Amino acid sequence: MLLLQFDTAFLIEKVILITIILMGSLGIAMYATWAERKVAAIMQDRRGPNRAGPFGILQPVADGLKLFFKEEIIPDRSTRFLFILGPCIAMLTACMTSVVIPWGPDYVTSSGHVVSLQVADINIGILFIFGIVSLGVYGMMIGGWASNNKFSLLSSIRAASQAISYELAMGISIIALVMLTGSLSMRDIVAQQHGMNWFVIKQPLGFLIFLVCAFAELNRAPFDLAECESELNMGFHQEYSSMKLGFYLFSEYINMFISSAVMATLYFGGYNFPFMDQVAAGVNPLLFTAICVLVLLTKVICFILFFMFIRWTLPRFRYDQLMNLGWKSLIPLALVNMLITGAVILWVIK
Amino acid sequence: MQNLTNRATKVNRNPMTFGERIYLPAIAKGLTITLSHIFKKKATVNYPEVKRPFSPVFRGLHVLNRDEEGRERCTACGLCALACPAEAITMEAAERKPGEEHMYREEKYAAKYEINMLRCIFCGMCEDACPKDAIYLSETVMPANYTRESFIYKKESMLIPDTKKQHSSN
Repeated sequence: MLLLQFDTAFLIEKVILITIILMGSLGIAMYATWAERKVAAIMQDRRGPNRAGPFGILQPVADGLKLFFKEEIIPDRSTRFLFILGPCIAMLTACMTSVVIPWGPDYVTSSGHVVSLQVADINIGILFIFGIVSLGVYGMMIGGWASNNKFSLLSSIRAASQAISYELAMGISIIALVMLTGSLSMRDIVAQQHGMNWFVIKQPLGFLIFLVCAFAELNRAPFDLAECESELNMGFHQEYSSMKLGFYLFSEYINMFISSAVMATLYFGGYNFPFMDQVAAGVNPLLFTAICVLVLLTKVICFILFFMFIRWTLPRFRYDQLMNLGWKSLIPLALVNMLITGAVILWVIK
Repeated sequence: MQNLTNRATKVNRNPMTFGERIYLPAIAKGLTITLSHIFKKKATVNYPEVKRPFSPVFRGLHVLNRDEEGRERCTACGLCALACPAEAITMEAAERKPGEEHMYREEKYAAKYEINMLRCIFCGMCEDACPKDAIYLSETVMPANYTRESFIYKKESMLIPDTKKQHSSN
């Protein structure tokens, strides 16, 4: 019976943390849809949504309600089980990656109890993220295939091949980072970036490759040719309606939030900020933890805004340009970056 | 081949240079353009609350005018219908009966006067053609509606209200 003796306080703590993170990422994704429309409006000299509530801040609620009240259509010849499974996988994988991200430093209570702001410190954190992100491709593939629509299928094949191609370069750029840190655990990686010691300074090329690949992984402009929502039709979720469509659209925004958090954690120091030791000495520990979480969220929001600025600036890549960029430019670049990093570690740092 | 105009520019078909192939300078340039728009003046207005002013020559919905004593000016001469390039105006004339002098200015008046607002192009030629100053184009925008029938405006809806209010009827 020893196996069943678990720490109740630990369980409650984790459940609360998971709830906060889940609700937080859903909330941020909700307001990312609003922010996207506002950013688009500002860049095109328009006003954007401003009817629902002050500055239109109730707009995401209205959009969500609209999707819930839309008629639910499941195509007659579709594979019903897989058709429903597709958006579920997309949403589930989008929400799962946030568990390994350390949202703040450990908070030590006055009684000496340590509260970790990371749901699970698994020692292969980066690998876990990559695994889950690859599973997300199944959401698109299954959705496109189960729709029984050849255009959905073609689009999902495009989306999947794009995601798989860019995962390679992304993985190689991460290997260079992992060689520097010597650890796959997100917690260790963040701890090594204490203060201003961010990995973007040591790995600028790796970060750039990671950033470009993140755009491709997210199926976002300028790599959104699986969807072409601005002029063709909806791509792999052509046949979806009501909240199942909402799940697909929403999971993209959650993915954007999570990948921003991953980039902030891996390359921009996570919750670390310059002069954090002086701040930690000056304020009480709870306030310090809150400041750290806010710093991370600020970095994440900057990344999200950057994603949006890029979307409303660049035209779409052609499919062959996309594949050329992925296979002929980014993968060799990532390999060179990895070799240089390895050589520097071997001969300069040692 | 000789160019028809001097505006033709030669398309650059050279393969992209290295600087162009890494896309980053072009992306940075694009971002400065889009980000500069954050500080620009909005081109749109909050429409129902804020309306753009019309130009002084704006021509909107038609108004049928009355004279100083509140009598209809229109004599159903048909010149407006004749002038109308869109053939939007239809009318039927009637003779004024004794005792109706307070309603119609002259012996002949329009018993029926209709303008099909879907045909009307708001050119204002009816206004120019009218010898009796009976029809004017106001500054009201034509409202939207659901049925085609509702766009055929009758005389009653175009006639401006009688300011004298001396008669209960009409």
